[in-house]
Amino acid sequence: MTVSPDLDRRFREAAHALGLVDLGYDVVESPVGDLLVAASDRGLASIWYDPDPERDLERLARIAGPRVLRSPRSVDVTRRELDEYFAGRRRVFDLALDLRALPPFTVSVLRELARVPYGETTTYGALAASVGKPRAARAVGTVMNRNRIPIVLPCHRVVGASGDLVGYAGGLERKIRLLELEGASIV
Amino acid sequence: MMQVVPIPPFELFYEQHRSEVLGLLRRRLGAERAEDAFQETFLRALQAYRRLEHGDHLRAWVLTIARNVAVDTLRRTRPQQELHETAAGAHDDPPAYEELAELTDGLPPKERAAVVLRYGYDLAYDQIAAALGSSEDAARQATSTGVRRLRRRITP
Repeated sequence: MTVSPDLDRRFREAAHALGLVDLGYDVVESPVGDLLVAASDRGLASIWYDPDPERDLERLARIAGPRVLRSPRSVDVTRRELDEYFAGRRRVFDLALDLRALPPFTVSVLRELARVPYGETTTYGALAASVGKPRAARAVGTVMNRNRIPIVLPCHRVVGASGDLVGYAGGLERKIRLLELEGASIV
Repeated sequence: MMQVVPIPPFELFYEQHRSEVLGLLRRRLGAERAEDAFQETFLRALQAYRRLEHGDHLRAWVLTIARNVAVDTLRRTRPQQELHETAAGAHDDPPAYEELAELTDGLPPKERAAVVLRYGYDLAYDQIAAALGSSEDAARQATSTGVRRLRRRITP
């Protein structure tokens, strides 16, 4: 018995409206490829490149609980702000973030990362210093690598001490693309 | 040590069972009312999902919720309307009395007969009374006792 798209949509909307979903997600198209975006009632919880439902659903469940449901409404605000960002019409994201299940060091680094302005870059070492751990550049690199909300938490703006791009969990091409979009000078 | 079956993300659970749940509800309620009951079933499941302790028997669990919702729906609405919608909405599915026969399997014979005649064949209580060789009151009593017993049995 096939569930019609309309019935399916109504169930997902009702689940969202009643606040019964721990994390609602949807796939959002972007110039850097499809993004799997997930949000809770606390805010945006993740943006992942190269969506793969089998892997991603389990990962999402580990963030906030098993009630993970595809629900376009849950990510409406994020989708709109991402569209504006990629269209060059938004420089600052105005989104609440859900950083639960992350260790305190990671959260403090991500909070500092969020302050790196549009179109500018900083270094792993500078970011480490800004959280009071000047020698933790490598640990900061790990946090960037595992950043679960890329683009909005702009780990693409973090580069090596000599200005080289070093790496990007989503692939260097995407890092370059994002920096170019923002008009940052790339070495 | 016993292996605990992990609870799958709700999306996977929903995708896996939605067709079967809809099929069951359409057979019990007809196409139109099955849609509301479908939403109700999965919203109830979603509400209870957080309290699950393991992922065992999730199919049986959700089908039980669906049967519960169907019984609630049947109780809220008049049998006549039911039969009409069932006939109009789901010609490929087994008739209501077959479904009821399966659902009521295990009830005491008189109650089972009363429930099936009332909700499966849409008979009035005087007709059921005639069929059972009892008074109209007794037929009414047997039907409602049977339904109560069913509800207790399928409530998790």
